[in-house]
Amino acid sequence: MIDITQVHKVYNRGKANQVNAVNGVDLKISENEFLVIVGSNGSGKTTLLNLVAGSVLPSSGDISIDGNNVTKKADYRRSEWIARVFQNPLSGTAPDLSILDNFRLAAIRTKRKGLSIGINPQFKKEVKDKIATLGMGLENKTEQLMGTLSGGQRQALTLLMSVMDTCRVLLLDEPTAALDPRSADIVMKTADKLVKDFGLTAILVTHNLKDAFVYGNRIIQMSEGNIIKDLNEQKKIALKQNDLFDWFA
Amino acid sequence: MDFYLAALIQGLCFSAIALGIFISMKIFNIPDITTDGSYTLGGVVTAKLLMAHQPVFVVLPVVIVAGALAGAATGIIHTKLKINALLAGILVMTALYSINLSIMGRSNIPINSVSTIFSLINISANPNNNTFWILIVFVAIITGVIGYLLKTDFGIAMRATGNSESMIRALGVNTDRMKIIGLALANALTALSGFLVTQFQVFADINMGIGIVIMGLGSVIIAETLINWFRITSVWLSLVLVLSGAVIFQMVLAFTLSSGVDPTLLKLVTAVFVLLIVSLPRLSFKGSS
Repeated sequence: MIDITQVHKVYNRGKANQVNAVNGVDLKISENEFLVIVGSNGSGKTTLLNLVAGSVLPSSGDISIDGNNVTKKADYRRSEWIARVFQNPLSGTAPDLSILDNFRLAAIRTKRKGLSIGINPQFKKEVKDKIATLGMGLENKTEQLMGTLSGGQRQALTLLMSVMDTCRVLLLDEPTAALDPRSADIVMKTADKLVKDFGLTAILVTHNLKDAFVYGNRIIQMSEGNIIKDLNEQKKIALKQNDLFDWFA
Repeated sequence: MDFYLAALIQGLCFSAIALGIFISMKIFNIPDITTDGSYTLGGVVTAKLLMAHQPVFVVLPVVIVAGALAGAATGIIHTKLKINALLAGILVMTALYSINLSIMGRSNIPINSVSTIFSLINISANPNNNTFWILIVFVAIITGVIGYLLKTDFGIAMRATGNSESMIRALGVNTDRMKIIGLALANALTALSGFLVTQFQVFADINMGIGIVIMGLGSVIIAETLINWFRITSVWLSLVLVLSGAVIFQMVLAFTLSSGVDPTLLKLVTAVFVLLIVSLPRLSFKGSS
Protein backbone atom coordinates (compact mmCIF):
# COMPACT_ATOMS: atom_id res chain seq x y z
CA MET A 1 0.00 0.00 0.00
CA ILE A 2 2.74 2.46 0.99
CA ASP A 3 6.29 2.07 -0.35
CA ILE A 4 9.03 4.21 1.10
CA THR A 5 12.35 3.74 -0.70
CA GLN A 6 15.65 5.23 0.49
CA VAL A 7 13.99 8.36 1.77
CA HIS A 8 16.18 11.09 3.26
CA LYS A 9 15.03 14.32 4.82
CA VAL A 10 17.73 16.83 5.66
CA TYR A 11 17.08 20.21 7.23
CA ASN A 12 19.59 23.09 6.97
CA ARG A 13 21.91 21.12 4.67
CA GLY A 14 25.52 22.23 4.84
CA LYS A 15 25.01 24.51 7.82
CA ALA A 16 26.28 23.99 11.35
CA ASN A 17 22.80 23.06 12.49
CA GLN A 18 22.20 20.43 9.79
CA VAL A 19 19.66 17.81 10.90
CA ASN A 20 19.26 14.43 9.20
CA ALA A 21 15.69 13.93 10.35
CA VAL A 22 15.13 10.83 8.24
CA ASN A 23 18.19 8.92 7.11
CA GLY A 24 17.63 6.60 4.16
CA VAL A 25 14.53 4.79 5.39
CA ASP A 26 13.14 1.78 3.51
CA LEU A 27 9.67 0.78 4.60
CA LYS A 28 6.90 -1.23 2.93
CA ILE A 29 3.50 -1.06 4.55
CA SER A 30 1.00 -3.53 3.16
CA GLU A 31 -2.75 -3.16 2.89
CA ASN A 32 -4.69 -3.45 6.18
CA GLU A 33 -1.51 -3.09 8.18
CA PHE A 34 -1.80 -1.03 11.36
CA LEU A 35 1.75 0.17 11.92
CA VAL A 36 2.81 1.68 15.22
CA ILE A 37 5.91 3.89 15.25
CA VAL A 38 7.69 4.55 18.54
CA GLY A 39 10.91 6.40 19.24
CA SER A 40 12.25 9.14 21.44
CA ASN A 41 11.91 12.84 20.61
CA GLY A 42 13.86 13.78 17.52
CA SER A 43 14.03 10.20 16.24
CA GLY A 44 12.30 11.20 13.00
CA LYS A 45 8.97 9.44 13.46
CA THR A 46 6.80 12.51 13.00
CA THR A 47 8.91 13.60 10.01
CA LEU A 48 8.37 10.15 8.50
CA LEU A 49 4.63 10.50 8.99
CA ASN A 50 4.70 13.99 7.45
CA LEU A 51 6.64 12.60 4.50
CA VAL A 52 3.86 10.08 3.89
CA ALA A 53 1.24 12.82 4.29
CA GLY A 54 3.09 15.17 1.97
CA SER A 55 3.28 18.14 4.34
CA VAL A 56 7.05 17.57 4.19
CA LEU A 57 8.70 16.64 0.88
CA PRO A 58 11.76 14.34 0.91
CA SER A 59 15.30 15.55 0.11
CA SER A 60 15.81 12.31 -1.83
CA GLY A 61 14.18 8.92 -2.26
CA ASP A 62 10.76 7.79 -3.43
CA ILE A 63 7.36 7.40 -1.85
CA SER A 64 4.44 5.66 -3.51
CA ILE A 65 0.93 5.04 -2.32
CA ASP A 66 -1.19 2.29 -3.85
CA GLY A 67 1.23 2.04 -6.78
CA ASN A 68 1.23 5.79 -7.49
CA ASN A 69 4.48 7.67 -7.12
CA VAL A 70 3.57 10.61 -4.87
CA THR A 71 7.10 11.75 -4.00
CA LYS A 72 6.56 15.30 -5.30
CA LYS A 73 2.83 15.56 -4.69
CA ALA A 74 1.69 18.20 -2.20
CA ASP A 75 -0.34 17.12 0.83
CA TYR A 76 -3.67 18.33 -0.57
CA ARG A 77 -3.18 16.13 -3.63
CA ARG A 78 -2.65 13.04 -1.48
CA SER A 79 -5.99 13.45 0.27
CA GLU A 80 -7.34 11.13 -2.40
CA TRP A 81 -5.99 8.26 -0.26
CA ILE A 82 -5.01 9.78 3.06
CA ALA A 83 -6.99 11.06 6.03
CA ARG A 84 -5.16 12.55 9.00
CA VAL A 85 -5.62 13.06 12.71
CA PHE A 86 -3.21 15.59 14.19
CA GLN A 87 -1.58 15.77 17.59
CA ASN A 88 -3.27 19.09 18.24
CA PRO A 89 -7.07 18.65 18.23
CA LEU A 90 -7.29 22.20 16.84
CA SER A 91 -5.42 21.26 13.65
CA GLY A 92 -7.85 18.60 12.48
CA THR A 93 -10.99 20.70 12.61
CA ALA A 94 -12.05 24.27 11.87
CA PRO A 95 -13.16 25.86 15.17
CA ASP A 96 -15.25 28.70 13.70
CA LEU A 97 -17.25 26.39 11.47
CA SER A 98 -20.16 24.28 12.66
CA ILE A 99 -19.78 20.54 13.19
CA LEU A 100 -21.96 20.10 10.14
CA ASP A 101 -19.71 22.31 7.96
CA ASN A 102 -16.66 20.38 9.14
CA PHE A 103 -18.31 17.08 8.25
CA ARG A 104 -19.40 18.43 4.88
CA LEU A 105 -15.78 19.22 3.97
CA ALA A 106 -14.70 15.79 5.18
CA ALA A 107 -17.43 14.14 3.12
CA ILE A 108 -15.98 15.66 -0.07
CA ARG A 109 -12.32 15.17 0.82
CA THR A 110 -11.54 13.34 -2.42
CA LYS A 111 -13.96 15.38 -4.54
CA ARG A 112 -14.22 18.86 -5.99
CA LYS A 113 -15.52 21.55 -3.67
CA GLY A 114 -18.09 22.92 -6.07
CA LEU A 115 -20.62 25.73 -6.22
CA SER A 116 -23.61 23.76 -5.00
CA ILE A 117 -25.02 23.58 -1.51
CA GLY A 118 -24.19 20.14 -0.16
CA ILE A 119 -25.73 20.40 3.28
CA ASN A 120 -29.27 19.15 2.78
CA PRO A 121 -31.66 17.38 5.19
CA GLN A 122 -30.43 13.99 4.02
CA PHE A 123 -26.80 14.92 4.71
CA LYS A 124 -27.71 16.32 8.12
CA LYS A 125 -29.36 13.03 9.04
CA GLU A 126 -26.38 11.04 7.80
CA VAL A 127 -24.01 13.11 9.98
CA LYS A 128 -26.31 12.77 12.99
CA ASP A 129 -26.42 8.98 12.64
CA LYS A 130 -22.64 8.80 12.26
CA ILE A 131 -22.00 10.97 15.33
CA ALA A 132 -24.52 8.99 17.38
CA THR A 133 -22.26 5.91 17.02
CA LEU A 134 -19.68 7.69 19.21
CA GLY A 135 -22.08 7.69 22.15
CA MET A 136 -20.89 11.13 23.28
CA GLY A 137 -24.27 12.80 22.98
CA LEU A 138 -23.04 15.16 20.26
CA GLU A 139 -25.61 14.13 17.66
CA ASN A 140 -27.97 16.95 18.64
CA LYS A 141 -25.28 19.62 18.56
CA THR A 142 -24.37 19.46 14.88
CA GLU A 143 -25.16 23.16 14.33
CA GLN A 144 -22.75 24.16 17.12
CA LEU A 145 -19.36 25.59 16.35
CA MET A 146 -16.56 23.03 16.47
CA GLY A 147 -14.59 25.37 18.75
CA THR A 148 -17.12 24.96 21.57
CA LEU A 149 -16.22 21.27 21.99
CA SER A 150 -13.49 19.77 24.15
CA GLY A 151 -10.24 18.41 22.71
CA GLY A 152 -11.36 14.82 23.19
CA GLN A 153 -14.67 15.42 21.44
CA ARG A 154 -12.94 17.18 18.56
CA GLN A 155 -10.39 14.41 18.18
CA ALA A 156 -13.13 11.76 18.13
CA LEU A 157 -15.05 13.74 15.52
CA THR A 158 -11.88 14.16 13.42
CA LEU A 159 -11.58 10.38 13.37
CA LEU A 160 -15.16 10.01 12.29
CA MET A 161 -14.65 12.69 9.62
CA SER A 162 -11.82 10.65 8.11
CA VAL A 163 -14.22 7.91 7.03
CA MET A 164 -16.90 10.26 5.69
CA ASP A 165 -15.31 9.84 2.27
CA THR A 166 -13.43 6.89 0.76
CA CYS A 167 -10.27 6.46 2.78
CA ARG A 168 -7.40 4.00 2.29
CA VAL A 169 -4.76 5.31 4.67
CA LEU A 170 -5.28 6.79 8.12
CA LEU A 171 -2.38 8.74 9.67
CA LEU A 172 -2.53 9.22 13.43
CA ASP A 173 0.09 11.63 14.78
CA GLU A 174 0.05 11.24 18.57
CA PRO A 175 -3.72 11.71 18.51
CA THR A 176 -4.10 11.36 22.28
CA ALA A 177 -1.09 13.39 23.43
CA ALA A 178 -3.23 16.38 24.41
CA LEU A 179 -6.08 14.42 25.97
CA ASP A 180 -7.02 13.21 29.44
CA PRO A 181 -6.80 9.40 29.98
CA ARG A 182 -10.52 8.76 29.55
CA SER A 183 -10.87 10.77 26.32
CA ALA A 184 -7.62 9.24 25.09
CA ASP A 185 -9.08 5.80 25.63
CA ILE A 186 -12.27 6.63 23.70
CA VAL A 187 -10.26 8.12 20.82
CA MET A 188 -7.91 5.13 20.53
CA LYS A 189 -10.75 2.62 20.69
CA THR A 190 -12.67 4.56 18.03
CA ALA A 191 -9.57 4.66 15.84
CA ASP A 192 -9.01 0.92 16.23
CA LYS A 193 -12.64 0.18 15.42
CA LEU A 194 -12.61 2.35 12.30
CA VAL A 195 -9.37 0.77 11.07
CA LYS A 196 -10.92 -2.69 11.42
CA ASP A 197 -14.42 -1.82 10.15
CA PHE A 198 -13.21 0.02 7.07
CA GLY A 199 -10.17 -2.16 6.38
CA LEU A 200 -7.82 0.85 6.53
CA THR A 201 -4.07 0.92 6.38
CA ALA A 202 -3.02 2.94 9.40
CA ILE A 203 0.11 4.50 10.85
CA LEU A 204 0.13 5.53 14.49
CA VAL A 205 2.95 7.63 15.92
CA THR A 206 2.85 7.54 19.70
CA HIS A 207 4.80 8.10 22.90
CA ASN A 208 2.28 6.09 24.86
CA LEU A 209 3.84 2.63 25.15
CA LYS A 210 0.63 1.12 26.46
CA ASP A 211 -1.16 2.19 23.26
CA ALA A 212 1.79 0.95 21.23
CA PHE A 213 1.44 -2.40 22.99
CA VAL A 214 -2.36 -2.72 22.73
CA TYR A 215 -3.01 -1.44 19.20
CA GLY A 216 -1.65 -2.27 15.77
CA ASN A 217 -0.30 -5.39 14.11
CA ARG A 218 3.24 -4.20 13.42
CA ILE A 219 5.59 -2.01 15.40
CA ILE A 220 8.80 -0.21 14.48
CA GLN A 221 11.19 1.78 16.61
CA MET A 222 13.05 4.74 15.16
CA SER A 223 16.24 6.36 16.35
CA GLU A 224 18.24 9.19 14.76
CA GLY A 225 16.32 8.92 11.51
CA ASN A 226 16.66 5.16 11.13
CA ILE A 227 14.42 2.19 11.77
CA ILE A 228 16.21 0.15 14.43
CA LYS A 229 13.51 -2.41 15.28
CA ASP A 230 10.73 -3.86 13.10
CA LEU A 231 8.36 -6.46 14.55
CA ASN A 232 5.67 -8.13 12.45
CA GLU A 233 2.32 -9.37 13.73
CA GLN A 234 3.53 -12.67 15.29
CA LYS A 235 6.47 -11.00 16.95
CA LYS A 236 4.31 -8.14 18.18
CA ILE A 237 1.84 -10.56 19.77
CA ALA A 238 4.74 -12.31 21.48
CA LEU A 239 6.07 -8.98 22.70
CA LYS A 240 5.53 -8.19 26.37
CA GLN A 241 4.81 -4.68 27.55
CA ASN A 242 7.96 -4.68 29.68
CA ASP A 243 10.08 -5.51 26.63
CA LEU A 244 8.74 -2.34 25.06
CA PHE A 245 9.81 -0.30 28.09
CA ASP A 246 13.26 -1.90 27.83
CA TRP A 247 13.60 -0.49 24.29
CA PHE A 248 13.85 2.93 25.83
CA ALA A 249 16.04 1.97 28.78
CA MET B 1 -33.04 64.84 6.13
CA ASP B 2 -31.51 64.80 2.66
CA PHE B 3 -28.17 64.98 4.37
CA TYR B 4 -28.72 61.66 6.10
CA LEU B 5 -30.21 60.12 2.96
CA ALA B 6 -26.94 61.03 1.23
CA ALA B 7 -25.04 59.35 4.05
CA LEU B 8 -27.25 56.28 3.73
CA ILE B 9 -26.58 56.18 -0.01
CA GLN B 10 -22.84 56.48 0.59
CA GLY B 11 -23.07 53.69 3.13
CA LEU B 12 -24.73 51.47 0.53
CA CYS B 13 -22.05 52.41 -2.01
CA PHE B 14 -19.40 51.34 0.50
CA SER B 15 -21.16 48.12 1.47
CA ALA B 16 -19.43 46.26 -1.37
CA ILE B 17 -16.05 47.31 0.04
CA ALA B 18 -17.21 46.18 3.49
CA LEU B 19 -18.14 42.77 2.09
CA GLY B 20 -14.75 42.59 0.38
CA ILE B 21 -12.88 43.39 3.60
CA PHE B 22 -15.12 40.93 5.44
CA ILE B 23 -13.93 38.23 3.03
CA SER B 24 -10.23 39.11 3.14
CA MET B 25 -9.98 39.97 6.83
CA LYS B 26 -12.58 37.83 8.59
CA ILE B 27 -12.72 34.79 6.31
CA PHE B 28 -9.12 34.59 5.12
CA ASN B 29 -7.47 36.39 8.02
CA ILE B 30 -5.46 38.50 5.58
CA PRO B 31 -5.12 42.26 6.11
CA ASP B 32 -5.47 43.39 2.52
CA ILE B 33 -4.29 46.91 1.68
CA THR B 34 -4.72 46.40 -2.07
CA THR B 35 -8.16 47.88 -1.37
CA ASP B 36 -7.02 51.51 -1.75
CA GLY B 37 -5.78 50.78 -5.26
CA SER B 38 -8.50 48.42 -6.44
CA TYR B 39 -11.22 50.82 -5.29
CA THR B 40 -9.72 53.61 -7.39
CA LEU B 41 -9.19 51.13 -10.22
CA GLY B 42 -12.91 50.34 -10.16
CA GLY B 43 -13.74 54.04 -10.29
CA VAL B 44 -11.20 54.83 -12.99
CA VAL B 45 -12.31 51.99 -15.26
CA THR B 46 -15.92 53.03 -14.78
CA ALA B 47 -15.28 56.66 -15.68
CA LYS B 48 -13.09 55.83 -18.65
CA LEU B 49 -15.53 53.33 -20.15
CA LEU B 50 -18.64 55.45 -19.51
CA MET B 51 -16.92 58.39 -21.20
CA ALA B 52 -16.20 56.07 -24.14
CA HIS B 53 -19.99 55.61 -24.29
CA GLN B 54 -19.99 52.02 -23.15
CA PRO B 55 -23.27 50.89 -21.56
CA VAL B 56 -23.36 50.11 -17.82
CA PHE B 57 -23.85 46.38 -18.40
CA VAL B 58 -20.53 46.29 -20.27
CA VAL B 59 -18.75 48.46 -17.69
CA LEU B 60 -19.86 46.32 -14.75
CA PRO B 61 -18.16 43.02 -15.74
CA VAL B 62 -14.98 44.87 -16.79
CA VAL B 63 -14.81 46.53 -13.36
CA ILE B 64 -15.29 43.18 -11.64
CA VAL B 65 -12.52 41.57 -13.70
CA ALA B 66 -10.16 44.53 -13.13
CA GLY B 67 -10.65 44.36 -9.36
CA ALA B 68 -10.25 40.59 -9.37
CA LEU B 69 -6.96 40.85 -11.29
CA ALA B 70 -5.61 43.34 -8.74
CA GLY B 71 -6.58 41.01 -5.89
CA ALA B 72 -5.16 37.97 -7.65
CA ALA B 73 -1.85 39.84 -8.09
CA THR B 74 -1.66 40.39 -4.33
CA GLY B 75 -2.65 36.77 -3.76
CA ILE B 76 0.01 35.42 -6.09
CA ILE B 77 2.73 37.62 -4.57
CA HIS B 78 1.65 36.54 -1.10
CA THR B 79 1.33 32.79 -1.69
CA LYS B 80 3.82 31.99 -4.47
CA LEU B 81 6.62 34.36 -3.48
CA LYS B 82 5.86 33.87 0.25
CA ILE B 83 5.77 37.60 0.91
CA ASN B 84 3.92 38.97 3.92
CA ALA B 85 0.33 39.70 2.91
CA LEU B 86 0.47 43.27 4.19
CA LEU B 87 3.57 44.03 2.12
CA ALA B 88 2.13 42.25 -0.94
CA GLY B 89 -0.96 44.46 -0.69
CA ILE B 90 1.09 47.65 -0.31
CA LEU B 91 3.19 46.73 -3.34
CA VAL B 92 0.18 46.15 -5.56
CA MET B 93 -1.56 49.26 -4.22
CA THR B 94 1.50 51.37 -5.04
CA ALA B 95 1.77 49.87 -8.52
CA LEU B 96 -1.94 50.46 -9.10
CA TYR B 97 -1.52 54.20 -8.51
CA SER B 98 0.56 54.45 -11.71
CA ILE B 99 -1.74 52.08 -13.56
CA ASN B 100 -4.78 54.09 -12.57
CA LEU B 101 -3.11 57.33 -13.57
CA SER B 102 -2.11 55.99 -16.99
CA ILE B 103 -5.62 54.62 -17.60
CA MET B 104 -7.08 58.04 -16.79
CA GLY B 105 -4.43 60.08 -18.57
CA ARG B 106 -5.11 62.89 -16.08
CA SER B 107 -5.96 63.01 -12.40
CA ASN B 108 -9.70 63.61 -12.61
CA ILE B 109 -12.47 62.56 -15.02
CA PRO B 110 -15.92 64.13 -14.61
CA ILE B 111 -18.72 61.98 -16.04
CA ASN B 112 -21.72 64.30 -15.76
CA SER B 113 -22.21 64.30 -19.53
CA VAL B 114 -23.06 60.59 -19.74
CA SER B 115 -25.81 58.42 -18.32
CA THR B 116 -24.95 56.21 -15.33
CA ILE B 117 -26.44 53.24 -13.51
CA PHE B 118 -28.46 55.73 -11.47
CA SER B 119 -30.09 57.26 -14.54
CA LEU B 120 -30.80 53.83 -16.01
CA ILE B 121 -34.22 53.41 -14.45
CA ASN B 122 -36.58 56.02 -13.07
CA ILE B 123 -38.44 54.68 -10.06
CA SER B 124 -38.90 57.96 -8.28
CA ALA B 125 -38.99 61.60 -9.36
CA ASN B 126 -36.57 62.54 -6.60
CA PRO B 127 -33.08 61.65 -7.89
CA ASN B 128 -31.83 60.75 -4.41
CA ASN B 129 -34.74 58.36 -3.83
CA ASN B 130 -34.09 56.89 -7.23
CA THR B 131 -30.42 56.35 -6.42
CA PHE B 132 -31.37 54.84 -3.08
CA TRP B 133 -33.68 52.19 -4.57
CA ILE B 134 -31.28 51.26 -7.34
CA LEU B 135 -28.57 50.82 -4.72
CA ILE B 136 -30.83 48.70 -2.51
CA VAL B 137 -31.45 46.32 -5.43
CA PHE B 138 -27.77 46.30 -6.40
CA VAL B 139 -26.53 45.62 -2.85
CA ALA B 140 -29.23 42.96 -2.32
CA ILE B 141 -28.03 41.11 -5.41
CA ILE B 142 -24.35 41.24 -4.35
CA THR B 143 -25.22 40.12 -0.82
CA GLY B 144 -27.36 37.31 -2.20
CA VAL B 145 -24.54 36.08 -4.44
CA ILE B 146 -21.90 36.24 -1.67
CA GLY B 147 -24.25 34.66 0.88
CA TYR B 148 -25.04 31.81 -1.46
CA LEU B 149 -21.37 31.36 -2.30
CA LEU B 150 -20.42 31.07 1.37
CA LYS B 151 -23.06 28.37 1.85
CA THR B 152 -21.79 26.19 -0.98
CA ASP B 153 -19.15 23.47 -0.61
CA PHE B 154 -16.66 25.88 -2.16
CA GLY B 155 -17.66 28.56 0.33
CA ILE B 156 -17.24 26.24 3.31
CA ALA B 157 -13.78 25.32 2.02
CA MET B 158 -13.05 29.05 1.72
CA ARG B 159 -14.11 29.69 5.31
CA ALA B 160 -12.04 26.74 6.53
CA THR B 161 -8.94 28.01 4.70
CA GLY B 162 -8.67 31.06 6.95
CA ASN B 163 -9.65 29.08 10.01
CA SER B 164 -7.62 25.85 10.02
CA GLU B 165 -5.14 25.61 7.19
CA SER B 166 -3.69 22.23 8.22
CA MET B 167 -7.15 20.71 8.30
CA ILE B 168 -8.30 22.01 4.95
CA ARG B 169 -5.08 20.92 3.23
CA ALA B 170 -5.54 17.43 4.66
CA LEU B 171 -9.03 17.55 3.18
CA GLY B 172 -7.68 18.14 -0.30
CA VAL B 173 -7.84 21.91 -0.78
CA ASN B 174 -5.02 23.86 -2.39
CA THR B 175 -4.89 26.70 0.11
CA ASP B 176 -2.68 28.91 -2.08
CA ARG B 177 -5.20 28.79 -4.88
CA MET B 178 -8.02 29.39 -2.44
CA LYS B 179 -6.32 32.52 -1.04
CA ILE B 180 -5.72 33.89 -4.54
CA ILE B 181 -9.38 33.36 -5.42
CA GLY B 182 -10.44 34.88 -2.11
CA LEU B 183 -8.37 38.04 -2.59
CA ALA B 184 -9.60 38.30 -6.19
CA LEU B 185 -13.18 38.11 -4.95
CA ALA B 186 -12.56 40.65 -2.18
CA ASN B 187 -11.00 43.15 -4.57
CA ALA B 188 -13.66 42.61 -7.21
CA LEU B 189 -16.15 43.70 -4.55
CA THR B 190 -13.95 46.65 -3.65
CA ALA B 191 -13.82 47.70 -7.30
CA LEU B 192 -17.62 47.54 -7.35
CA SER B 193 -17.69 50.19 -4.62
CA GLY B 194 -15.45 52.34 -6.81
CA PHE B 195 -17.89 51.72 -9.66
CA LEU B 196 -20.84 52.88 -7.55
CA VAL B 197 -19.18 55.86 -5.88
CA THR B 198 -17.81 57.22 -9.17
CA GLN B 199 -21.30 57.23 -10.67
CA PHE B 200 -22.83 58.67 -7.52
CA GLN B 201 -20.37 61.55 -7.23
CA VAL B 202 -20.18 61.81 -11.10
CA PHE B 203 -16.39 61.86 -11.27
CA ALA B 204 -13.39 59.63 -10.77
CA ASP B 205 -10.30 60.96 -9.06
CA ILE B 206 -6.84 59.45 -8.73
CA ASN B 207 -6.91 60.15 -4.97
CA MET B 208 -10.41 58.82 -4.30
CA GLY B 209 -9.00 55.61 -2.77
CA ILE B 210 -6.67 57.12 -0.19
CA GLY B 211 -7.53 55.68 3.20
CA ILE B 212 -10.59 53.90 1.86
CA VAL B 213 -9.49 50.63 3.43
CA ILE B 214 -10.26 52.13 6.84
CA MET B 215 -13.87 52.59 5.72
CA GLY B 216 -14.16 48.88 5.03
CA LEU B 217 -12.26 47.90 8.17
CA GLY B 218 -14.40 50.15 10.32
CA SER B 219 -17.60 48.68 8.87
CA VAL B 220 -16.39 45.12 9.43
CA ILE B 221 -15.25 45.89 12.98
CA ILE B 222 -18.64 47.41 13.81
CA ALA B 223 -20.24 44.26 12.39
CA GLU B 224 -17.83 42.01 14.27
CA THR B 225 -18.59 43.71 17.57
CA LEU B 226 -22.29 43.09 16.99
CA ILE B 227 -21.64 39.50 15.84
CA ASN B 228 -19.70 38.74 19.03
CA TRP B 229 -22.21 40.60 21.15
CA PHE B 230 -25.18 38.59 19.96
CA ARG B 231 -23.19 35.38 19.32
CA ILE B 232 -24.32 35.22 15.72
CA THR B 233 -23.30 32.18 13.70
CA SER B 234 -25.62 32.61 10.70
CA VAL B 235 -23.80 33.59 7.51
CA TRP B 236 -26.72 35.66 6.23
CA LEU B 237 -27.10 37.63 9.43
CA SER B 238 -23.35 38.29 9.51
CA LEU B 239 -23.48 39.70 5.98
CA VAL B 240 -26.44 41.92 6.83
CA LEU B 241 -24.52 43.22 9.85
CA VAL B 242 -21.53 44.00 7.62
CA LEU B 243 -23.83 46.07 5.39
CA SER B 244 -25.25 47.80 8.45
CA GLY B 245 -21.69 48.45 9.60
CA ALA B 246 -21.00 50.34 6.37
CA VAL B 247 -24.15 52.43 6.78
CA ILE B 248 -23.56 53.12 10.49
CA PHE B 249 -20.03 54.24 9.64
CA GLN B 250 -21.24 56.79 7.08
CA MET B 251 -23.98 57.97 9.43
CA VAL B 252 -21.45 58.68 12.17
CA LEU B 253 -19.26 60.61 9.71
CA ALA B 254 -22.27 62.57 8.47
CA PHE B 255 -23.27 63.37 12.02
CA THR B 256 -19.73 64.52 12.82
CA LEU B 257 -19.62 66.80 9.81
CA SER B 258 -23.09 68.24 10.47
CA SER B 259 -22.12 68.99 14.06
CA GLY B 260 -19.61 71.49 12.71
CA VAL B 261 -16.31 69.60 12.67
CA ASP B 262 -13.86 71.02 10.15
CA PRO B 263 -13.93 68.80 7.00
CA THR B 264 -10.12 68.93 6.89
CA LEU B 265 -10.19 66.82 10.02
CA LEU B 266 -12.43 64.16 8.46
CA LYS B 267 -9.71 61.51 8.11
CA LEU B 268 -8.56 62.17 11.66
CA VAL B 269 -12.12 61.78 12.91
CA THR B 270 -12.42 58.56 10.89
CA ALA B 271 -9.25 57.14 12.41
CA VAL B 272 -10.29 58.09 15.93
CA PHE B 273 -13.75 56.60 15.37
CA VAL B 274 -12.28 53.29 14.21
CA LEU B 275 -9.88 53.30 17.14
CA LEU B 276 -12.84 53.88 19.42
CA ILE B 277 -14.90 50.94 18.14
CA VAL B 278 -11.88 48.65 18.22
CA SER B 279 -10.93 49.58 21.76
CA LEU B 280 -14.34 50.02 23.37
CA PRO B 281 -15.08 46.32 23.95
CA ARG B 282 -11.62 45.90 25.50
CA LEU B 283 -11.84 48.98 27.71
CA SER B 284 -15.21 48.04 29.16
CA PHE B 285 -13.93 44.62 30.27
CA LYS B 286 -10.82 46.03 31.87
CA GLY B 287 -12.30 46.08 35.34
CA SER B 288 -13.59 42.50 35.30
CA SER B 289 -10.48 40.74 34.09
